[in-house]
Amino acid sequence: MTSAIRFSGVSRHYGDVKAVDTLDLDIAEGEFFAMLGPSGSGKTTSLRLIAGFERPTAGEIRIFGQIAQGIPPYKRNVNTVFQDYALFPHLNVRDNVAYGLMIAGQPKAQRHKAADGALEMVALGGYGDRKPSELSGGQRQRVALARALVNQPKALLLDEPLGALDLKLREQMQEELKSLQRSLGITFIFVTHDQGEALSMADRVAVFNKGRIVQIGAPEDIYYRPETPFVADFVGSSNVLPPEFVAKLTGKHAYGALRPESVFLAEQGHSAMVRSVSFLGAATRVSMQMDKIPLTILLPKGAVIPKAGDAVTVAWSADDLHVMDRT
Amino acid sequence: MHSDRAPLGLKIAAGFGLAFMHLPILLIFVYAFTTEDKSYQWPPPGFTLKWFAVTWARPDVWEALGLSLQVASISTIIALVLGTLCAAAVSRTRFFGREAISLLVILPIALPGIITGIALRSAFNLADIPFSFWTIVLGHATFCVVVVYNNAVARFRRVSGSLVEASMDLGANSFQTFRYIILPNISTALLAGGMLAFALSFDEVIVTTFTAGQQQTLPIWMLEELVRPRERPVTNVVAMVVVLVTFLPVLAAYTLTRGTDTVAGQGK
Repeated sequence: MTSAIRFSGVSRHYGDVKAVDTLDLDIAEGEFFAMLGPSGSGKTTSLRLIAGFERPTAGEIRIFGQIAQGIPPYKRNVNTVFQDYALFPHLNVRDNVAYGLMIAGQPKAQRHKAADGALEMVALGGYGDRKPSELSGGQRQRVALARALVNQPKALLLDEPLGALDLKLREQMQEELKSLQRSLGITFIFVTHDQGEALSMADRVAVFNKGRIVQIGAPEDIYYRPETPFVADFVGSSNVLPPEFVAKLTGKHAYGALRPESVFLAEQGHSAMVRSVSFLGAATRVSMQMDKIPLTILLPKGAVIPKAGDAVTVAWSADDLHVMDRT
Repeated sequence: MHSDRAPLGLKIAAGFGLAFMHLPILLIFVYAFTTEDKSYQWPPPGFTLKWFAVTWARPDVWEALGLSLQVASISTIIALVLGTLCAAAVSRTRFFGREAISLLVILPIALPGIITGIALRSAFNLADIPFSFWTIVLGHATFCVVVVYNNAVARFRRVSGSLVEASMDLGANSFQTFRYIILPNISTALLAGGMLAFALSFDEVIVTTFTAGQQQTLPIWMLEELVRPRERPVTNVVAMVVVLVTFLPVLAAYTLTRGTDTVAGQGK
């Protein structure tokens, strides 16, 4: 596979603030790639570096092999779906979608036909004459998608595109984006702070923290085999166990990650004190204190649910304790 | 108890307020038709339309009107260009001293016209610039820029920065982005600002007296005419025209920006 986007030692500093700090990154062609991280972690800046809205203060970016340095956004063969969609309010939906083709000099009839086709693709056929202000959030999102895709970019950049949608619509759009990416076969680079979204959609996920990538890999790797306490906590809301505790159990002095659903109540094991219990529907979340270590566990439906203040004994299978000794 | 209707007292007060503001203007209209031309006599002894013909035949009126229209047009064009650029810089970018610049741009409209007038006059004198048509235009442009700027800056704030980025992302260069995205989104604000600027310039007296040479703009001509005791109603006819010429653009500006944002800087 050829490389779609390659960062070599790329930094973007604003004075003392290192928004992106010596980043190395290689995104393959046709890949659905997610950049995941809390706000201010550098994921959006990285996306804007690819789009050309930001310039690196150091390092080199290559887009499909071509050095991006000095190429303005309007000459890059990538298109962006913006977080606030950025639909042009004075143009109707069809002209919004056809904007890129109009700039490229396509005649009116041709670009309107292409725009209508793109609108069909996102299930908005017949909406061409409406103004963006007459559409719902989900529909605007699709228009933004059509507007970017109609230009047949080699890579599509999506900046938190589902952030403004409600839960149900978000799940539906996740499915649609995924199948769209599969059928088009172009590279999707997706920025999100929602770990569920990143894990469910992406082929590979890069976890950002403080301007750097802390872990990069397939969703299962990130989820089950976090390499740092940050990833364990941010991605999987795993319990992070301190090295001293892990050393007693495994002999390795390193942080351990323990998934909440891997822990169960048992006759023998570690004693803990229940602090709070919350019912989540499919499961019940129980927060407890194991010596000085806070522990959150998920109990499935049908399990015996303790009450706050109860003394309990918890256990897990040794396989489920992931030791983060690679860092 | 709630009622949509205003109490009687309030209605009467509002009526008085309106009458206080607008009766004098009506009086000017009435005197444009009077048969008596030496003094303003009430009630007018008779009504005639002859002053319209007299006014039409007076070359000095046409000269003054022509000058005022030219000055207002050119000041407005200068204000549109500079005001828009200024608004774009202040709302689009962040730089040291941005707030100070924003305040400095608005200052000319807050300053009394006489200060602006004196300042410009001394500046022109110092620079050895003879008073001419262009010094009047420059004087007017100082406050016209503010009106355009105020209107444009309010609109720029509503045009989100990502629209510009989206346009660039879709292949448009800076010029195309301005032409297809920014201009359509700020055009009504510019039109409103431009019309207000035009109206302000058209009836400006104070700054003009300090920056004009021998030229007479329409308001200056009227001031001079009032002192002379001949054909007085001519002034009233011209005044009517001035009211119409300035009122229409202000009305248009008001309708254009109604419901979107306030027309800032109307009071000078």
